[in-house]
Amino acid sequence: MTYEGVPGLVETVEAHGETTLVVDPARLIEACTHLRDAEGFNFLSDISATDYLGWGSVGVSGYIGTARGRDLNLPATQGLQVLPQAKSKRFAVNYHLLSVSDRPRRVRLQAWVDDGEAVSSVVGVWPTADWHEREAWDLMGIPFDGHPNLKRILLDDDWEGHPLRKDYPIGGEPVRFSEEE
Amino acid sequence: MATAPAKTRAPIYEGTRIPHPIPTVLRVSDELRATGDVMTVNFGPNHPSTHGVLRLVVDLFGEDVVGLEAVVGYLHTGFEKNMEQKTWWKAITYPERIDYLSYQNNELVFVLAIEQLLALETPPKASWMRTCLCELNRIHSHLVWLGTAALELGAISMFWYCFREREQILDLFEMVTGARMHTRYFQAGGLAEDIPRGFYPEARKFVEWMPHAVDDYEALVDRNKIWLERTQGLGLLSADDAIALGQSGPVLRASGVDWDLRRVQPYLSYADCEFRVPVHHEGDVYARYRVHMEEMRESTKIIAQCLDRLEGMEGEPWIADDRKVVLPPREELHTSMESLIHHFKIVTEGYRVPEGEIYVTVESPRGEMGCYVVSDGGPKPWRVKFRAPSFVALEATATCMTDALIADMIAVVGSLDTVMGEVDR
Repeated sequence: MTYEGVPGLVETVEAHGETTLVVDPARLIEACTHLRDAEGFNFLSDISATDYLGWGSVGVSGYIGTARGRDLNLPATQGLQVLPQAKSKRFAVNYHLLSVSDRPRRVRLQAWVDDGEAVSSVVGVWPTADWHEREAWDLMGIPFDGHPNLKRILLDDDWEGHPLRKDYPIGGEPVRFSEEE
Repeated sequence: MATAPAKTRAPIYEGTRIPHPIPTVLRVSDELRATGDVMTVNFGPNHPSTHGVLRLVVDLFGEDVVGLEAVVGYLHTGFEKNMEQKTWWKAITYPERIDYLSYQNNELVFVLAIEQLLALETPPKASWMRTCLCELNRIHSHLVWLGTAALELGAISMFWYCFREREQILDLFEMVTGARMHTRYFQAGGLAEDIPRGFYPEARKFVEWMPHAVDDYEALVDRNKIWLERTQGLGLLSADDAIALGQSGPVLRASGVDWDLRRVQPYLSYADCEFRVPVHHEGDVYARYRVHMEEMRESTKIIAQCLDRLEGMEGEPWIADDRKVVLPPREELHTSMESLIHHFKIVTEGYRVPEGEIYVTVESPRGEMGCYVVSDGGPKPWRVKFRAPSFVALEATATCMTDALIADMIAVVGSLDTVMGEVDR
């Protein structure tokens, strides 16, 4: 299965039996419409944004929990650190697509953006994207261009910050322990 | 009243009913608003019939619902952020607590994600037992749904009947895992412990009894005029709208889409099980009720098939033999230095999962439960994101409530089978 015809396709990654299509965020709507109409991906399963801030700044060592990780000659198993593969930008917005048809299949669409860069809203392509995009905005701070109702969904309307970002502290919410404080 | 002709069910609508421009918000038209007779009512978030803390802002014109917006987030506790701070091993306890009715399915989806990143094989006994428990869990979830949804429409006795069988299932869970809820029985690699021998006869008793219990439920409401009047032809959702709104599980199957992940992308041992996928085409509350009822019967059949297999697997391993991931047997800790080191490393530092990303889905009682996991190769997940079927189901509220009355709102929202813990995560 190839997806050569997808507009704005930058890269195709195959891993763990899944296909990831990295697309140019500027041509996201075109790519989504193409996948829905020409490839039959009529079902948007989920939108998940990931923050890669600090990715690779701390190397990892110790044994990997696989058969390969038992090879003591591999770098990371002897305390030498390895770094994960660098990412092009800070945020990845993943669209998990599914074809509800006689030929069920899945594909992941991935768009990379930096902090503050907007992604086009796909509500016009799959109406279910409405709440998924609001959640990504609320928790990760990804602005979606053209979303009809982009406001916080899980947190209070006056909440500051986006908690799932890596620079958002744990326990960032001040807790009052006594009347005097 | 008894001689009144049977009500013919409203046919499913043509075209689409998804509101525009916001697919999840039903807006009052300007002409109607100008009449000055539209009243805005706040419903929830603390209301006994909202299955938790759901808030609905409803615009009423007389008894007609002319505007509706669902407001969620009152139960948000930051599960996904918490899981980033825990080792893979410890994070397994979190997904089950997201949804307090389908905990085993939620646990399963995260464990499957870890196993696929690790390329870890599970022994057949673990796979069959997981299938068995997931189906018990499905019946459990459907029972609570049926009991509470019927209770909200006035069928109080249904609630007691459903909780009678729910109790049996919880007893089975307690026997196997030591906990009635949030069992944390699935480990990466298999099961946490072997299946106790007393489980099989007790589970057999349940399998034999359950079809009679479903008969009882059907006898209570299936010919009950109030139940039929309050469920048939209400909360309509067409097949195309259901797919566009990302609906899954019983809601999608009640709209006439023959779709079940257990069959189209079999996981665990479902490929070796014989079962039917119930599909109804009316797309109303009654169709959703029927799908739930028939699924309970089918799940019982799957459990019986699992028990047939499991009883022949006495003495087989229940967890993968991989000391880098799986805790060593307790008795070895006293005699083996390597086991002690492995135990210490797994409990303190945790196992490392190779770098990568994966999206795993299972058919939970509420529909497609997805789990997107990113690993940087370290001992903690970099990012975990759940695709909660309840969250998506609530997106359909506005579409289902088009042209509905305020009194039907309880039945319609109830039929979407949402668990607010899962919606807000």
